[in-house]
Amino acid sequence: MRTYIRPALGSMVLFTLLLGLAYPLAITGIAQTLMPEKANGSLVRDRSGTAVGSALIGQNFNSPAYLHPRPSALAAAYDASTSGGSNLGPLSDTLASRIADGAATLRTELNLPADYPLPADAVTTSASGLDPDISPAYALLQVPRIAAARNLPVGKVDAALKAATRGPLLGFLGQTRVNVLKANLLLDSLSGEAQ
Amino acid sequence: MDLRGWAEIALTLGLSVGVAWPLGLYMARIWAGETTWLTPVLNPVERGIYRVLGVRPEQSQGWKGYSFSVIAFSVAGFVLLYALLRLQGFLPLNPAGFGNLDPHLAFNVAVSFVTNTNWQSYGGETTMSLLSQMAGLAVQNFTSAAAGLAIAAAAARAFAGDREVGLGNFWVDLVRITLYVLLPLSIVVALALVATGVPQTLHAAVTVTGLEGAQQTLALGPVASQEAIKQIGTNGGGFFNANSAHPFENPNPLSNLIEAVSITALGFATFIAFGRMARARKEAASLVIVAFLLVAAAAVAIYGLENQTVPGLLKAGVEAGQNLEGKEYRFGTAASALWSALTTGASNGSVNAMHESFMPLSGGIQMFLIQLGEILPGGVGSGLYGMLVMALLAVFVAGLMVGRTPEYLGKKVEAAEIQYAMLAVLILPLAILGFSALAAVLPAALSSLLTDGPHGLSEILYAYSSAGGNNGSAFAGLTAATPWWDTTLGIAMLLGRFGYIVPVMAILGSLAAKPRLAPTAGTLPASGRLFSGLLLGVILVLGGLQFFPALALGPLAEHFQLLASLRP
Amino acid sequence: MALSKTARLDRGLLTRAALDAGRKLNPRCLLANPVILVTEGVAALATLSAAGQITAGEPAGFALQIAGWLWATVLFANFAESIAEGRGKAAADSLRASRVTTRAKVITDDQIIFTPAHELQPGMVVLVEAGDLIPADGEIVEGIASVNEAAITGESAPVIRESGGDRSAVTGGTTVVSDWLRVRVTAAAGSSFLDRMIALVEGAGRRKTPNELALAVLLAGLSLIFLIAVVTLLGLGRYSGVAIPLVVLGALFVTLIPTTIGGLLSAVGIAGMNRLLKFNVLALSGRAVEAAGDIDTLLLDKTGTITFGNRMASEVIPLRGIAADTALRAALMSSLGDETPEGRSIVSFAEGQGISAVRPDGAITIPFSAQTRLSGLEAGPTVWRKGAVDAVLKQLGITERDTPRDFAAAVDRIARSGGTPLAVSENDRLIGVIHLKDVIKPGVKERFQDLRRMGVRTVMITGDNSVTAAAIASEAGVDDFLAEATPEDKLRLMRAEQAKGRLVAMCGDGANDAPALAQADVGVAMQSGTQAAREAANLIDLDSDPTKLIEIVEVGKQMLITRGALTTFSIANDVAKYFAIVPALFVGALPALGALNVMQLASPQSAILSAVIFNALIIVALIPLALKGVRYRPVGAARLLSRNLLVYGLGGLVAPFIGIKLIDLLVSTLGII
Repeated sequence: MRTYIRPALGSMVLFTLLLGLAYPLAITGIAQTLMPEKANGSLVRDRSGTAVGSALIGQNFNSPAYLHPRPSALAAAYDASTSGGSNLGPLSDTLASRIADGAATLRTELNLPADYPLPADAVTTSASGLDPDISPAYALLQVPRIAAARNLPVGKVDAALKAATRGPLLGFLGQTRVNVLKANLLLDSLSGEAQ
Repeated sequence: MDLRGWAEIALTLGLSVGVAWPLGLYMARIWAGETTWLTPVLNPVERGIYRVLGVRPEQSQGWKGYSFSVIAFSVAGFVLLYALLRLQGFLPLNPAGFGNLDPHLAFNVAVSFVTNTNWQSYGGETTMSLLSQMAGLAVQNFTSAAAGLAIAAAAARAFAGDREVGLGNFWVDLVRITLYVLLPLSIVVALALVATGVPQTLHAAVTVTGLEGAQQTLALGPVASQEAIKQIGTNGGGFFNANSAHPFENPNPLSNLIEAVSITALGFATFIAFGRMARARKEAASLVIVAFLLVAAAAVAIYGLENQTVPGLLKAGVEAGQNLEGKEYRFGTAASALWSALTTGASNGSVNAMHESFMPLSGGIQMFLIQLGEILPGGVGSGLYGMLVMALLAVFVAGLMVGRTPEYLGKKVEAAEIQYAMLAVLILPLAILGFSALAAVLPAALSSLLTDGPHGLSEILYAYSSAGGNNGSAFAGLTAATPWWDTTLGIAMLLGRFGYIVPVMAILGSLAAKPRLAPTAGTLPASGRLFSGLLLGVILVLGGLQFFPALALGPLAEHFQLLASLRP
Repeated sequence: MALSKTARLDRGLLTRAALDAGRKLNPRCLLANPVILVTEGVAALATLSAAGQITAGEPAGFALQIAGWLWATVLFANFAESIAEGRGKAAADSLRASRVTTRAKVITDDQIIFTPAHELQPGMVVLVEAGDLIPADGEIVEGIASVNEAAITGESAPVIRESGGDRSAVTGGTTVVSDWLRVRVTAAAGSSFLDRMIALVEGAGRRKTPNELALAVLLAGLSLIFLIAVVTLLGLGRYSGVAIPLVVLGALFVTLIPTTIGGLLSAVGIAGMNRLLKFNVLALSGRAVEAAGDIDTLLLDKTGTITFGNRMASEVIPLRGIAADTALRAALMSSLGDETPEGRSIVSFAEGQGISAVRPDGAITIPFSAQTRLSGLEAGPTVWRKGAVDAVLKQLGITERDTPRDFAAAVDRIARSGGTPLAVSENDRLIGVIHLKDVIKPGVKERFQDLRRMGVRTVMITGDNSVTAAAIASEAGVDDFLAEATPEDKLRLMRAEQAKGRLVAMCGDGANDAPALAQADVGVAMQSGTQAAREAANLIDLDSDPTKLIEIVEVGKQMLITRGALTTFSIANDVAKYFAIVPALFVGALPALGALNVMQLASPQSAILSAVIFNALIIVALIPLALKGVRYRPVGAARLLSRNLLVYGLGGLVAPFIGIKLIDLLVSTLGII
């Protein structure tokens, strides 16, 4: 039996040092040296240089002047100290009524007719609850509200949203999407110029 | 469904096999102890480790010795990890100040990571200290994968040899696979992931003030280094609760591509390495093709299903042609559907979308891929030996039909092999159906369900499938951090891992001792379209026969309910 | 006795089998067949549950019918086995009839003591005279006699048995027709060849063959899996609001477990042995028959197997200036007194060419001797001689230099083609050359082609030099040959083949073949061979026909194919059964699952009953296939597999859908449910 215990325990200890400490620390060292921005969470800063969020993590916006993200299933929407989805199945009544409520609220807020076919991402929650993106269609629906709230011409708002839009990688990997935080930073800078 | 989606699926699938080819040939050289370009650097380290461990590297072990070593190693890993989790509150590198884990949760997590399941009964960013993540979970990500790959190497030797007793030395396989395969690959993938935006820092969180003035705390950590081995080693236990759906684990389509390819790359590479070492390239290619076809078919089917009408959206008058609940918008249905097939086929268990929110039949397919035995291509190493068991059974039934005592790769398949193969095959229905049937009637278990009806049963079935198959993904609505679930899922994981490994090792021992027969015109070729079709059929029929009634009560019933609800 | 003729499917056999099937309901008889034993258990439970319903005053028609059909399933499986056994028993009965009690004449110190045959001990020497039955198996110590072995082989023409050499074994139960023999007894009473043969034919003490064992394990494993799948349905069903009656659960279980192959498995094995008997081959173990199907290499003695064993004249080449007729006539005359097979073949060859001659009065035969190495005939002034070329030349005083060039050329050509040249002279004149050659048996080449297609490599073994051997090998179409072989070479070759991972079969008859026969994976001894050879072999060919191996290989393969085919069929059947029973079980609680009722079966009860009925009847339907075996054709493994997969895999998938639907139509139209 001892022939097994020594290598078993010994290898676990060695591997813990090598793989549990040396490996992540080495990667951290390299990453912090070569790519510090990304390694620290791709933080986005306003003009004053203060971090206002991460380009990768969604943020909740309630003001009509801002582009709104998808609903979040987290207890506190877009609380990035946790993550998770609703885990509701397509046949769930809870999901159906949540979608129905969300759609009704959204249509009122956006001044749309009661049967307006909203894009699905506007009423569904993401897997992480931290989805940074929305569809261009959902963004487009919000343009009039934002323009009105900011007193900006629709065209300028539209352009700002377009600037925050990314197409699929190589034209086919992933979706065409609008990064909500980036769009709102752009909108803020537009408003700043206008003032 | 659109052409872009199909193209994304095709490219990812193509790359996963494409990358596996050179990787497999490289790994075969590591198994065989050959020198590579890394040898000058790593050989001194390797020698040093053997000296510390007191291992004589040239000493080959029989199947019992090899199995004992695997088990001893796993027990040691379990003990260390369990202790670490129970004591993390007193240990350093705990910036968020998390407390010690409950005994049942610590048992579940330790078993989960030692068995390469990486089921998460916990939210990583709300439970685990950085030390637990790095020195506990990430280490097991390496070692449980290396143990699986070591057994695959032993399997290759069992077939390659002619009347051999030894299957190789487990400690040597373990060390070489870790040093030459897993570590270099992880370093490359981890750095690539950082380049796509995955964080790698020792800070646990950063708090920012958002544009609307609200504070947002962003959980951080050494994510990239763990994400890399989590995918490569088919572990799947995420740094964050939302796993690879979390934007920090998987920020964009490029990171998604890298990770998706990493999920199956080493699994397929194991098949190819086996083919090279056992001098059975064509036969191994057939195994790759079968696994590939099944997982690709599942991806296609799920992609199709996720673009069917969703009743809740339809009723609310929303565009109902895409099931986006529980999916990240940047990935869309194509990348989410594909990932869900890859992760269930490969015993990985990481998710980039929430499986419970998929269409009922999609969930059924995900479960079924796990129930097929995690062989598509399965966990690293474990997928290969699982597939070999299937091949032995296929060869046995079909081999009889060509009028010869069945043989696979020149080794006769006889009563002993069939006996152990059936023992191994029995484990999965026992763990999945046995525990599911109990949980389905126990109030203590049922109180953890998020929903009732067929979907609730699917939660139960998925949980035990995932545990028994050592997958780790979940219908995450289930609250599994209770004594019943933590304990029974832990037992299911142990059964699924060691209940399989021991009979497989016995098969390998028996096969190794047999002469390797030369093929003749009367030998059933274990490659080509006919054999691949046969193997495919055996896998599907065997899996279907075991789980069809259970699936009928869960996902199938829900699927037909969904269809009925859409009928005017 | 021809064993094959006794095994007919007549009414008596069927009745006996039916009675036997009932007797086998005793669970102890079913211990060897777990699948059927379990079925019987479920049938008993179903009966109890039906009885319970009756006493409780509930309608029990459905439960009773299910129970009835479950019992029928067990009976059908027993019936299949009984029929197969019945054929063997019939054969054994007629063998037993030839085992008469005799008194043996035991020789002790110049004195003969009459002893009952069953008291004979190995080592005793007995005297057997014309008309006597040989009392026990033994080795001839002295004498030569013709023996009628019809009791064993079914061949009525007597055979010669003599002491020493390769025809020295005699079998108890055979009759000495002429002359006398002294025989040393080698087998004690009760363990004689005939006794063993009866036991084998009857299937007594039949042990499972390795593949049968592996298959039984597979079937038991599958049954366990289904047990788990069915039992857990209790819990899963209760969650879903379904209460599954015990009878239905049992019915589902029995339809899922592989009852078809489980019920027919032993019948297939017994039938395979019987088929071998039909070819007059006695398998001393089922293992050997199966191994025969696995053979990679077949070692064959040239003599007697590939060629007729005797060299025969095929040509007479005259020297220049000598008429062909003259040469033929000289050859004929020189052989008139030669009674060896070669000599007779020269005579018949010449006669075949239209030359006839009578032996002149007073002619003197010159006998062959090892010194002269020639023979001939001396009639008055003329002397004809024939013999080895150098011997004849020496006799004539012709030196190598004087040898006519065309003579030398002819000799050379014959030698190179693998033949044997004989020189012929008349008085002092060299006349020509006789070409003696080995004649390949007709049809041998085709058989080797068949073997090649089966994946069996043939290797010819001969004592000839390699030139001769090569010529014969290419003519016969064997894959390889071993020339100038000693028995040790034979053994060495076999071990070398086995070391390469090949399974080797060989036929042999001589005492010096015994080691090789024992070493071979499949050794076939000729019934006419020595006792040593017969002991070392695991198959005995009663016809003493070495090419019989091909049939043995085929039977071995057929047995495996039949088992594989029935297993595949059995498992494939389960798919349809699920589609019949699963919706029937759950449609009450989950109406949406009605969509799985793809066969549109009338009602849940009729669906379940139909599946059970189908499951029982399919056993009966497949009995003929199990007894006859799936046809084997020597095509490549891949073609064979794709054909069988199509028939038994796909067929097994589709057939029950049709069958269950038809039974359901019948059941619902007749209003049985």
